[in-house]
Formats: sequence, structure tokens, C-alpha cells
Amino acid sequence: MIDKLRTLVLRNGGFSAALAMFLVFFISYQMLHPRGFSTAVFIQNANESVAIGFVAIAQTIPVLLGGLDLSVGAVMTLANTIASHLVTGTPLQMVLGMIATLLIGSAFGLMNGLIVVYGRIQPIIATLATGAIAIGLALLIRPSPGGEIDPDLNWALTNAVFDMAETFGFADNGNAAWLQPIANIPVPLIIILVVGVGVWLPFKRTVTGRTIYAIGSSEGAAYMSGLPVARAKIAAFTMAGFFASCGGLYLAIQTSSGNADISQAGAYTLNSIAAVVLGGTSLLGGIGGAIGSLIGAGILRVISFYFRILSIDPLLQPLIEGLVLLGAVSLGALRTFRVKNMMELFR
Amino acid sequence: MTLINRIGPQNRPIAIAIGFTFAIILVGTAYTLATQGTMPMLQPNYLLQQLQIGSFLGICAAGMMVVILMGHIDLSVPWTLTAAAMMATTVGGPWAIPAGLAVGLLVGVVNGLGVSYLRIPSMIFTLGVDSVLRGLMVAHTGGFAPQTEATPLMRFLAADRILGLPVAIFVWAAVSILITVMLTRTGFGKSIYATGAKEGAAYLSGIRTRRVVIGAFVTSSLCAATAGVLLAGYSAKAYQGMGGPFLLPAIAAVVLGGTHILGGRGRYLGTLVGVILIVFLNSVLSIMQMSEAYRQIIYGVVIIVMLLIYGREGQRRQ
Amino acid sequence: MTETNGLVQLRGVSRYFGGITALKDVDFSCHPGSVHGILGENGAGKSTLIKILSGVLEASEGRMSVDGNDVAYRTPSQATKDGIVCIFQELSLTPDLSVADNIFIDNPPRWMGMIDRRAQRRMAIDVLARIKCADVDPDTLVRDLSLSRRQMVEIAKAISKNPRVLILDEATSALTSRDVQTVYGLLNKLRDDGVSCLFISHRMQEVEALCDRLSVFRNGQHIRTFTKGELSESEIVKLMIGRDITAHYPPKPTAPHVDHDAGAPALKITNLTWENRLKGVDLDVGAGEIVGLGGLDGQGHKELLLALFGVLKGVQGQVELNGQPFRPLSPAACKKASIALVPEDRKTEGLMLQLSIADNILLPNYPGVSRGPLVDPARAADVVQRAITKLQIKTSDPGIAVETLSGGNQQKVVIAKWLMLDPDVILLNDPTRGIDVGTKQEIYRLMRDLANAGKAILFYSTDYAELIGCCDRVSVMYDGAVVRDLSGETLTEEAIVSASLNIHAGDAA
Repeated sequence: MIDKLRTLVLRNGGFSAALAMFLVFFISYQMLHPRGFSTAVFIQNANESVAIGFVAIAQTIPVLLGGLDLSVGAVMTLANTIASHLVTGTPLQMVLGMIATLLIGSAFGLMNGLIVVYGRIQPIIATLATGAIAIGLALLIRPSPGGEIDPDLNWALTNAVFDMAETFGFADNGNAAWLQPIANIPVPLIIILVVGVGVWLPFKRTVTGRTIYAIGSSEGAAYMSGLPVARAKIAAFTMAGFFASCGGLYLAIQTSSGNADISQAGAYTLNSIAAVVLGGTSLLGGIGGAIGSLIGAGILRVISFYFRILSIDPLLQPLIEGLVLLGAVSLGALRTFRVKNMMELFR
Repeated sequence: MTLINRIGPQNRPIAIAIGFTFAIILVGTAYTLATQGTMPMLQPNYLLQQLQIGSFLGICAAGMMVVILMGHIDLSVPWTLTAAAMMATTVGGPWAIPAGLAVGLLVGVVNGLGVSYLRIPSMIFTLGVDSVLRGLMVAHTGGFAPQTEATPLMRFLAADRILGLPVAIFVWAAVSILITVMLTRTGFGKSIYATGAKEGAAYLSGIRTRRVVIGAFVTSSLCAATAGVLLAGYSAKAYQGMGGPFLLPAIAAVVLGGTHILGGRGRYLGTLVGVILIVFLNSVLSIMQMSEAYRQIIYGVVIIVMLLIYGREGQRRQ
Repeated sequence: MTETNGLVQLRGVSRYFGGITALKDVDFSCHPGSVHGILGENGAGKSTLIKILSGVLEASEGRMSVDGNDVAYRTPSQATKDGIVCIFQELSLTPDLSVADNIFIDNPPRWMGMIDRRAQRRMAIDVLARIKCADVDPDTLVRDLSLSRRQMVEIAKAISKNPRVLILDEATSALTSRDVQTVYGLLNKLRDDGVSCLFISHRMQEVEALCDRLSVFRNGQHIRTFTKGELSESEIVKLMIGRDITAHYPPKPTAPHVDHDAGAPALKITNLTWENRLKGVDLDVGAGEIVGLGGLDGQGHKELLLALFGVLKGVQGQVELNGQPFRPLSPAACKKASIALVPEDRKTEGLMLQLSIADNILLPNYPGVSRGPLVDPARAADVVQRAITKLQIKTSDPGIAVETLSGGNQQKVVIAKWLMLDPDVILLNDPTRGIDVGTKQEIYRLMRDLANAGKAILFYSTDYAELIGCCDRVSVMYDGAVVRDLSGETLTEEAIVSASLNIHAGDAA
């Protein structure tokens, strides 16, 4: 048993390290917090982590292919502006609006995939360009920040399960006994776990999902083995579009508005890459997974939470964030000094 | 067709990009003729002014190209540029420019060490370095616009004219010549191509590939620092976020110039043409008073369409 | 020449790449229940043939039929559906996935659309047992396996598809001799089961031992098909190269002109150890001598050559060059000390495939052709020209990409770039692997010329005949150390084989 765990930890070294790092950061954050652990703070933290979490999952899938999607932040922003128009009105209209938002985001990802596969353009460059297009569309849809998201929806999805039950009036307005064990869990946490894990894990187990790993590991071998390479690539970018638009949709609900902010989109894209790497996914492809990226995003978020509770000059935030990122990846890189055969470094 | 065949595969993107640049200028001129009855884009003074502004991007792109040839990327360009500008204006006096370039040298060495010795993907390492530089500069200025000013020499290099030509263009030309000679006429330049094409094979050929990687990142950071010093001279001061608008256009210019994003292939002339293309595209869009939204869309579409054309050419060759 | 009852039948098939004809008007068929060997030099069209058969390439002209029905495959998976499965020379495994994942990569057992990992594992164990590889854990990542084991996984993957036509392209070149025997047994069994096996190999003995039908290709054309025993070995070689070959190996100097007592040897290795792969290697190579490294695969030869070229870190022991102590710290340092290495894999370690021939040749030579930091174009062109002439590299233009050359010419480029430095010690790691007979002979002659010019050559080869034909002495390695030195009369195939297994010649006899 111990042996099995040991191999599991060793084989998923990056993931295990990320998990350990996250737990250390998170627990010490909770201990340092002046008010200790509280549901309110936990909910707030969860709320602020959903968008980056989704974008990190989105980024993971093209990275597993051995590519990059530089448009995830922009697609998230595009979805954010679309949602700010559509997620309003009757409950049915809101649901349709959400579906439309996610469909448009996925369609944008599909377009990325088609350009990469049939246009034979390197993903990093293709998505750099389509990212500009997405931002342009977002600016057209919402030239200045604003929007009308249903306030009940906002309240229900950004608080604890209890508040959601109360808002929508199920489970005796949240007082039913069966709800109590989960009543204090933040809804945003449930959303990202259900959507992220619920979509990712089954997808990873399909032939298309495994083909993504195979392509990242060795594209020539994947082709020679008769795997559906083109389909898997297109699927990967479509999934990226889907998850990015999930992030945008949640951001719209959370902030009750849409905002086509170019620099925010860029920051989300870059942070998503950082989260993916922190989560143990190799930028060369083939190794890693979305759960790790979710943890990576969590690490990035917890770092920023520290600035609220410690009296550090907020001006130092980018410095500390940068140093933590460099420190984390450098620690992971220390194994290069143990490599005895230099040729192994070049593979 | 025969002409295109004679141009050779490496130069084909360059030829297409030159053609496209002329097309852009023609479209812009047609637009101004139709709306105002003038054609400012064809006036030498206007062209020179655009190139003067373009020289900052051109110098950034020159450095970026060297890194991309290695199959790496330098995302620390924005704040290397800004940090160099801020240090130059802070130090002031005769040491202003050396101080700015020293920042570039230092950043390049750090990037190079991280990528070559720690073997951290450049995408992530330079991103971290960029963030650290931003933090350092924000802490340095206290979050306010710096009060220091560019020295007269910096202003001369960026904003003055010699023989009617902007000095900045001469600086750009000098950087271009240096990079071209380095890439085509030195063992170091050839080692960059070789390392970018297959690092393991270059290593086994007795190339000190780590030094080559460091050299390439130093080149990139020095170029970014030079651009920063010039831009501070042009604006008479350094400011937060002055480097931000250069990163993606620099990468786009390199790629539109035919350099392969995975390394090993590309010519400097292509990067030069790529920069000119982007500069004129920007100026036509501002003449047309395009909103930011349409600019972004057109920008993205142009890159995709151009690369699709290159790709089609490539397929036909096979 | 027309055969009608083939399982797979090609008629008038040609394939062009741009202006180059890789396959020209080929008629070919393969029959159930046979092992069919395909012979030919590099560039003869063997690879193109099997790529067309297995759906990797489409024919430019001609027809292909399976069971009498015309087919036109566009992807390998279409060929697999018809039961045509190919084991490629370039491994088609994905290193980051497990052995079980790789075996069933394109058609795993599924449950509700998702891969059933347990069933897959069970099936993998069955298939591995069939090829006597029960020691391979199906959960191991392929990257953690040795090259030989990977090749066996590759074979397991092909077998799991229950092929009717199984194509093996140099599939045994990376195998240990035990696995080679297993594969022989497997092929014989498949033949008895009615499977049609196509077997491509450069090792003549292997082809002779295994195949019942042979086809010879030359210059993209199908020259002749015959049953085993119909032609002698030399007649077959003649068909392959289209001309007589007088002598296989250049003559060795009759009396060894290396005086081992006078002065220190060019290269002297004492007690070299590294990790658990090299366990105290003692070896010396005199100037003017070709010393072979023999032994089974994986006994530390490759590590020894890499250690001497500064690629390995933490190497213990002494290396002396002409009596002077030397520490190989990096390939760059070794280059300065006049050591050269022709690495194992020319495509990933020897060449920058997309760069030009000239750029590849010049890469280690820039210090020599530069004035200050600037390259002197005239001197550079001179070096390239001399290299091309010296090694008879067949090209019209040194500016074209090296990937357009044939395998043999690519290998010549690798050798050429080092020879232009005029190194004193030359390390060769299996330089003739996958190279045609003609080029092999040129390389043998070149090695002898270099030795006669006073160079010290350390030569690793998997081909015993080559070691015996080329080398003045052969040091046989076993488990990370040299167990025997053979030379002159004692240098025989039997002696190498028994030393490889670390049994004394007396015991073997």
C-alpha cells in the first residue's frame, strides 16, 4: 500500500509537489488570518478563484498537446461580455443565455482548432491572433463596462449552498436537515469542481482524451499508431474554448457585469500558463492534467490573498508573485543538476 | 509563378510581406484620397515619421527574433524595456544610457541562466522575470509616474534628425546591421540556428549550447533596453507600462517575417519587413480612425491570413 | 512476373516526391503463410513500399488490392482495418503513456465510451506473455523501458491487432539476442498460422535464417523475387548493388605498425566507472589502430563513448591522451583536445536535419574558418568543398537541407564535419547502422585510411562480421567492463560471441 502510494507520488511528482505547496500556503494563510477560518472569507476566496481556475483548466488541454492557447484570456473576456447581455430575464432565458455563452466560447475554441489543424499554423501564433480577434469582438459587444445580471442569480452562485437554497427556495429554504452537512460549502467551489472535474476526468478516459496525451508525448508515434490526431487537436482547442467561457460566464455572474479589459485578458492568459506549470503539467506536452492546474491556480490565488492579511506593501505584489513563480519552477528544475547523462536534457 | 519559384522558400514569406505592405499603403492612400482628397501616406515626411516610431518596435523585434530562432521566447521584453528606461532616467547624466543597457545585460544573463542551466521553459521563466521586474520598478517609483527626465543625448537619439532623417532610424539601422552580421557571418550566429534546430546535436558538435542560449537572451534584453532608452528619450521620460504595447507586435513581426516559431529557420530581413508591415498597418488603421475593437480584429485577421498564405505556399512546394 | 493469388497485390505502383522517383512501376505481392524478406540498399525503395502498404503514404500511380479488392489507403488505420500492420523502424510508441496504454492505443477496450483500464491491463498481460515479455509491467511508462524492451512492446502492439499481414521494418535492430530469438520463434508461429510476414533487415544472416521468399529492390525498382536457397549470398549482394564487390573489407596492415612499448597510446583509459553502467573499464587505443568494441547490446559501450566525449557527469577513473591526463568535461572540451564522436542516432544527435549540408559540416569548424568573430566565406566554402569531395557526398548543392539526403549520405555528413577538424582520436558509435552496403564499404575504407594516417579509432558496432573485418583488435564488453581483448588469430566470431556471454573460449569450444 505504502509502496503503491510511493510510486504514485513519484510518478506524479509535479502534481504532488503542487498539492503540498498549495496546502502549506493555504493552511498557513488560514492560520495567519486575523479572524481565523471563516465561511465568509472562504466563500470570498472561492469566488475569486473560479475564473482563473477555469482558465487554467482551459489552458491545460492545449498544453498537453504540446501547444499553447494564448487566446484563453481573450475568450474568457468575450464570454464575459456576451453573458453580461444574455444572462438576464426569466429563469429560462437566463439558462438559455448561459448555454449560448458557453456555445459561443466553444465555437471560438473550435475555430482555433480548425485553424491549427487545417491551416497548419503553430498554436501559439494562431491563438495570439485569434485572441486579438476575440478581444476586438468583446470590445464591440461591450465598449464600456456594464451589464445586467440577475441579482438573485449573482447572490445564489457566489455564496454558500445555504444561501443558494434560500434564494431559490428549495430544501426548506436551506433549512432541511439533509442539506446541513454541505450548507456552508461555497457554491463557486462546487461549480468548479463539478464542471471542471466532472467534464475533465471522463474526457481524459476517452480515446480522444488519450490521443491528446499521445500527441503531446510523440506526435509522430500518435499518427503512426492510427490515432485520430486531427480530431483530438480540434477537440482540445474546443474544450479550451469551453472552459475559458465557463470562466467568463462565472466572472460575469460574480461581478454582475461584463468588461472588455485587454490587460485583464492578457493577465489571465499569462496566469493560466503559470498555473498550468505550477500544477505539474509539462509545457512540452504529454504529462500532467487539469486537476493539477486547478491547484496551480489555487497557489497563485492564495499568494495574492496574503497581501490582504499581512501588512505588506501592495506595491510589492508583482515582485513577490514573480519570485514565488520563479522559485517554484526553479525548485522543480533542480533535478536537472542530478542528470548524469547530458543528452537526457535535450529530449 | 516562375518569379515566386525563383525567390526560394526561405524568402517567400518576405516577398509576400513586402507585397502586403505596399497593399496596405495603397489602401490607406485610396482611403485618404476618397475622404480628404489628400495622400499623406505617400509623403516622405510622413513615412519617415512612421519609421521613427517603428524603430522602437523594430529594435525589440530584432532581439526577439534571435530568441525565437533558438526555439525560445522572451516575455520579459515589456518590463526590461521599462526598467531600462527608468534606470536610465534615474541615473541621468553621461551614465544614463550605460545604466539602461546594464539593466538589459543583467536581465538577459538571468533569463539565459534560467533557461539554459535550470532548463525552465523560457515561456515561464521570462514571464516570472517580467513580473519581478515589474515589482521592482513599481517599488522603485512607489507606484507613481517617475519624476526623472531623459538626458539630452537620449532625446537626440530618439527625437532629433540628422540630414533630415530621424536619428532613431539610424540607431535601428545600426542594430539591424549588427544582428544581420551576427546571424550570417559569425560562428555564434550559426550556433544559434544550430541550437534552435536541434540542441542535442549542436551540443554533440562541440557547441557550448548553454552559452549560446545565454548570448541569445542577452541580445534580446539588450535590444529591449535600447528600445527603452530610446522611447524614454522620445517621450522625454519613462513611464509605467511603456513596454506593454511592444511584446505581441514584436512576436508577430518576427513570425510574419517568416521566422519559424519553433526555431532554427528565419532571416533578419524578414523581421525587418514584418516590423514595417505592422507599423504601416497601425498607421493606416489610425488614419481611418478605427476603434480599438476593429483594430484588434483586423490585427488578428491579418496575422492569420498571412500565415495561411505562407502555409499554402509551403504545401505546394511539397 | 505477374502473380495472381497474393493476399496483397501491387500492380504498376509508383511514388514520386517532387521530382524524385522513390518507387517505379512496382509489381509485388505477398502470400499467406510466408516470411518474405525484402532486401535492398538505402534508397532502394523498401521504406516507400512498406509505407504504401501500410497506409502512411499514397501511391502516385498504380493499383493496390487486398483479397482481390482494390484499395486506396489514406491513413494507417485504414490499412489496420484490413489486417495490415506495420512495425516501423522509428518507434511508434508514446513515451509518456504506459505499456498497456501503448499496446491498445488506437482500439482500447471501452465501457460507456471510456477506456476500461482494468480490461486493458489484463489484455496487455496476455499479449506480453505471448511474446515472452511477462517481465514487463503493463503499468510502466514506456519512457522507463530500455530500447530493446520498447521494441518488444512495439511488437506486442502489432500482434494485439491480430494482423493478416505483419510488416517488420528493421524491427530487430535494437533487440537483444534473447529477444531476437523470441521474435524468430514468433514469426515462425505466425507463418504456421497463415500470417503473411514482410521482413526488412540489413542483416543478411537474419534474412537468410528466417525468410522463405526474398525480394530484391534497387533504385526504386523491384528487381527479382525468389525462394530461399535459389541464389547464393554473393549473387544476392550483386543483385542489391547492381555490381560485383571484390572485397568486403579493406586490407589490414599485415604487421601491426603500432609499437605498444614505444611511448604512450593515443588514448588510454584506466578504471573508468560511471553510475552502475561502467564498472572499471580499462582500454587503450594506439595511434594508427582501429579498436573495436564488441559485446551484447546494453553492456556499457554507448556509455563508454559518451563518457569519453564529456557527455556524462560524475565519471570516475583516468583518461590519458598521449600520456597526458585528460578530463572529458564537455564535448566542447573534447573537441579542443582533438577527440571526435560520431553519435549513435544521426537524425537526432548527429545532424540538424533542416539546416543545409554546408551548415552542418561547418558547425564544429567555425573557430577554424573565422578571422576574429567573423567567418571567412572563402575558407568556409573551401572546408565544405573538401569535406564533400573527401567523403564523396552525393549532392549537387551544399546549400540544400541535409534531410533531403539518403541515410548513407547523411551519415557521411556527420563523419565529414568531424574529419575537417583532423581529430586524433575518433569515437564511432555504430556508424553503419541502417546504411546500404556500398556506403558501408566506403566507411570501412575511410576508417582504414584514417588509421594509416595515424589516427586512433574506437569503433562500436553491433555487427560482429564488421568488427572482425575492420578492427586490429576487439575489446569485448560485458556488464560495464572489458572482459576480453581479441586480435589476430584469436579474433573470430566464435571468440566474440563467447566473450560477449562472458564464457571462456575454452568452455565454449
